[in-house]
Amino acid sequence: MQTKLTINGKSHNLNADTRTTLLDALRNHLGMTGTKKGCDHGQCGACTVIVNGRRINSCLTLACMHDGNEVTTIEGLGTVDDLSPLQRAFVAHDGFQCGYCTPGQICSATAMLEEIKAGWPSHVSADLNAEIALSDAEIAERMSGNLCRCAAYPNIVEAIRTVAQGGRT
Amino acid sequence: MRSFHYERAADTPDAVAACAAGATIIAGGTNLLDLMKREVVQPERLIDITRLDLRTIESAEGGLSIGALVSNSDLAAHRDVRRDWPVLAQALLSGASGQLRNKATTGGNLLQRTRCYYFQDSAMPCNKREPGSGCHALGGATRLHAILGGSDACIATHPSDMAVAMTMLDASLDIIGKDGASRRLRLRDFYRLPGDTPHIETVLQPGDLIAKVVLPPPAGGRQTYRKVRDRASYAFALVSVAARIELAEGRIADASLAFGGIAPRPWHDPAVDRLLVGEVPSAALFARVADVLLDGAAPQEGNAFKVPLLRRTLTATLNELCREIPQ
Amino acid sequence: MTAFHKMDEPDHRNRLDAMVQGVLGTGMDRPDGPEKVTGSATYAHDGQVAGMLHGVMVRATIAKGRLEHIDAQAVEALPGVRAVLHGDRFLRNPAQGTANEAPVQGSRDIAYLGQPVALVVADRFEQARHGAQSVTLRYSEESASVAPDAETAEVPDKKQSSAGDLAAAMDRAAFCVDAVYTTPGHNSAAMEPHAAIAAWEGDLLTVRASCQMLKYNVNELADALGVDPEHVRILSPFVGGGFGSKLGISPETVAAALAARALGQPVAVALSRQQVFEATMRRSETRQHIRLAADAEGRLTGIGHEALVSNLEGEDFSEPVTQATPFLYRGENRLIGHRISRVNRTCAGSVRAPGEAVGVTALEIAMDELATAAGIDPVDLRRRNIPERDPGEDRPFSSHMLRAALDDGAAAFGWENRPQGGARQGDWLAGCGMSSASRVNMIGKSSARVTLHPDGTALVETDMTDIGTGTYAILNQIAAEMLGLPPARVKVRLGDSDLPKSAGSGGSWGASSAGSSVFLACERIRQDIAERCGCDEGTLTLKDGMAIADNRARPLAQVLAGAPLQAEGEIDKGKTSEAVRQATFGAFFAEVAVNAVTGETRLRRMHGSFAAGRILNAKTARSQCLGGMTFGIGMALTEELIHDPRDGHIVNHDLAEYHLPVNADVPQLSVNLLEERDPWANPMQAKGIGELGICGAGACIVNAIHDATGIRVRHLPATLDKLLEGLDRLDDLG
Repeated sequence: MQTKLTINGKSHNLNADTRTTLLDALRNHLGMTGTKKGCDHGQCGACTVIVNGRRINSCLTLACMHDGNEVTTIEGLGTVDDLSPLQRAFVAHDGFQCGYCTPGQICSATAMLEEIKAGWPSHVSADLNAEIALSDAEIAERMSGNLCRCAAYPNIVEAIRTVAQGGRT
Repeated sequence: MRSFHYERAADTPDAVAACAAGATIIAGGTNLLDLMKREVVQPERLIDITRLDLRTIESAEGGLSIGALVSNSDLAAHRDVRRDWPVLAQALLSGASGQLRNKATTGGNLLQRTRCYYFQDSAMPCNKREPGSGCHALGGATRLHAILGGSDACIATHPSDMAVAMTMLDASLDIIGKDGASRRLRLRDFYRLPGDTPHIETVLQPGDLIAKVVLPPPAGGRQTYRKVRDRASYAFALVSVAARIELAEGRIADASLAFGGIAPRPWHDPAVDRLLVGEVPSAALFARVADVLLDGAAPQEGNAFKVPLLRRTLTATLNELCREIPQ
Repeated sequence: MTAFHKMDEPDHRNRLDAMVQGVLGTGMDRPDGPEKVTGSATYAHDGQVAGMLHGVMVRATIAKGRLEHIDAQAVEALPGVRAVLHGDRFLRNPAQGTANEAPVQGSRDIAYLGQPVALVVADRFEQARHGAQSVTLRYSEESASVAPDAETAEVPDKKQSSAGDLAAAMDRAAFCVDAVYTTPGHNSAAMEPHAAIAAWEGDLLTVRASCQMLKYNVNELADALGVDPEHVRILSPFVGGGFGSKLGISPETVAAALAARALGQPVAVALSRQQVFEATMRRSETRQHIRLAADAEGRLTGIGHEALVSNLEGEDFSEPVTQATPFLYRGENRLIGHRISRVNRTCAGSVRAPGEAVGVTALEIAMDELATAAGIDPVDLRRRNIPERDPGEDRPFSSHMLRAALDDGAAAFGWENRPQGGARQGDWLAGCGMSSASRVNMIGKSSARVTLHPDGTALVETDMTDIGTGTYAILNQIAAEMLGLPPARVKVRLGDSDLPKSAGSGGSWGASSAGSSVFLACERIRQDIAERCGCDEGTLTLKDGMAIADNRARPLAQVLAGAPLQAEGEIDKGKTSEAVRQATFGAFFAEVAVNAVTGETRLRRMHGSFAAGRILNAKTARSQCLGGMTFGIGMALTEELIHDPRDGHIVNHDLAEYHLPVNADVPQLSVNLLEERDPWANPMQAKGIGELGICGAGACIVNAIHDATGIRVRHLPATLDKLLEGLDRLDDLG
């Protein structure tokens, strides 16, 4: 099935089996292997990408359903020579070890910070109607859809907090 | 995952027609694709309804009308929901992850399938997946399973948090049938207990499309959603309680409770609500309420803990809602 | 030229502390970081090649029996399917760590539910997956043993030991503990599922795979395929976590190689997450009977630790539960017991810190029980029981930092001023707990090649892997320190089996072993430079690309005069691994809140103080400790493989129901790394730190739950259902 996707600002024409998930389209058809498959069932977050501004699990959606959509993957956030602030902070705070969950963590965090800016509450927000205080608990809850078995969680929270507070790393 | 024919619905009649012809609706896909990958469900035809105009949240009939395609994130973040139906926002935010809530839809969430290990594994017998094959959960691992409403054929639980809050709020569904006509149904009448047909989970007929969920006008009192689970986030409920209590002059003027994680459907017991109304809150009353709720509970060895857990969680929730609000 | 060194004697020279570049030990950022955060690091399944086919494995759905028939024809007729492959060379189990030969092979005999029995290969992944799900298998089923059974378990002679008379010591004891503890099975659950892409060129095989120990993995793979190891090359430049699950080759690697050979095209095979749970190593569940006898002052007079574990018939590995028990605490009457029950369950093997992870944890819960019984502060109880010498084998310790770790940890945590156990805030009960950490230390034979180029850059090459442990960083730092180069001028190449053979990553020995080989190679290069400078290596200073000798500084480029210097270093274990007891030590402290209504436990804070010899990189070492501690959090609170009581299969075979800790489960953890040098370990005086952080970690949390509630959980994980009855009693009291 023909599907037109704009990925990291570049237009791509995908011709794939309707069964192809967005994740497998990126990896197996479009050669963008930065997005990782950790569970293929929406249980780990390694495949997180940003579609039309929102973070989603790319393993649990069909590529053909995204005809005309704007997709941002880890490759679109920065490069080795030009890291995004979050990418830089993850390096500085050692927000990873093996690095496998990292593209998903960073895509997730990038979109998550926008959700906070938009005033979305979370499970740990004491008052659903108040402004969000950017506590470690808020960051941790909002990042809980991204598992990290190396368990860099404290460092991930630090990295995100630093960027959210506009700090340099 | 089997090959399937994929089509995109241009409008609602288009979707209903495809549905009536046997197509399976896909919207968020977070549950359907999960199950299709495991070949737990094997649709031959998918009708993608994500481009339909069912994404509106608007005031209606004094309450709130929620389009079936509204994402869990948008619903939880909606100002009116946060202010007037906080139990619903809380339930939504306690479910899944940020990524999943961005994709999962209101209609899809109502229809999500059980997390029963044996339902999810196509090599195992399961009456829900393969009628007549047997229930392997009976005699197996049952931590996730029902203590109320199950049958000899199935003890699976409904996994939704959102649906528990909506059940407590007495939400209704607007359903478009294959004749194109819309009908309204209380969510409390939507789910079927398994009996000997656990594969039939709702009263939906072939060709039915959930178009909207309608919340009744905001009710008084205080409301909350309490979810108990095995980790701090990103886990299904072992037990959950959605509750609203309205106090007047030291007595309970109105009460509504619903429960998750314990039954094949979001559990609502009118006798429980009735028992509370008109009474002065007390430990004895709450114990009686728990007795009535748990009357007929049939736990397995692996989920017997849900009986005391539900009792304790219910009592604590009622205590919290009946506590004097510090001025 | 090869600099070979066998650790027969302690190396007291402490050469690294004499170096002046000032790089080693600092918390330098990982040089591989930018690649990892941009998605450009290539893991096994990322190295996709043209014309690649996709394979998906098929599992057995019975626990024991014989596979009589595979209906391949119907599946091969499906669109895109190229072949359904099975046979005698496919793996039944993954290989155990350092096996160095093929594990049990053959698709026919079925030993556990979930065993891989066939591979379906297709043009596209979606076609292969559906093909695999469509295969019909016909079996003759046999009755299986699916649960461990103490009665019929094997009792291997060499795994039993005793000294003195434990029973008499228990009789005489002023205080004692006699209890049974259980831990469930665990899965490594590395975020990267096992995957391989295999391609043949003639009879030469190249496999991109997710492997921890290439030297062994090449031989295992070659043996499984029946080819010459010289014809096999494995590439694992990045490994998405291992934790023991990738020590030996696993089924997908052999399957990919066989399929690529049969079909004449490259084939990629990745295990699904469910297959990772079912067909790679599990940590055995354990049943541990612990007896502690103490005198009136809390000094141990006896320790008994008897374990029951399980594995498949014929597997040599059995979880070495009691590994640290012989040396952790004093006590003249000792008993170690070990039994292995043969079960039809997924193969048991190494999961992060096999042995101590569960053994020290149970022992440290027992120690807490003893502290309670004796009315002695738990930190103090441990202090009173630190042995002077290894009591199990009566030999000295190479160094012993338990007391230092206890003192440092108690101070850092504020143990003396901890909140009162049981203090209530709303529905939450607070409690604090502590535990000791210990893990045996070892090295393995390991080689590396270092080339110093005339332009003042250096290249380090070894088949060592970086599984998240920080190998790229520390080998860079060792070379930079020894050769006096800024880290940016050092390049490290890893994960290619054509490179000099290292010990690999596992058993916390990777950094010490591979690091020492780099040290030795650099030392040889330094000798060469010293010779050219006309000085003794001991008086040569290398810094910022300059060679300084006799108050004269020359650029390295000038010394090298246009030609590179190259050396290989090789380290091997020697007499120091037997002459002394080498171990790492630490201490954990935790504060928890237990919900008095629901029994949910939330960790509020946790601290670890650890000593592991020289710390090579403060940042990556701390991260390793955070990771270990978080494994401990999972072990204490959430992780459990649930086996079906009828067929033994792992019912919670995915990440939704096998509960790894998520971000919200883990508060800000603190870690102190203590200053230590251990000359018996290796020339760098460094020890392994990758596993220490899990060894006993769970116990401090379980002990904190006891402090908060008075409820003693002896069966992990401490899920809320295990607390409800006790909370009921608390309600009655309250």
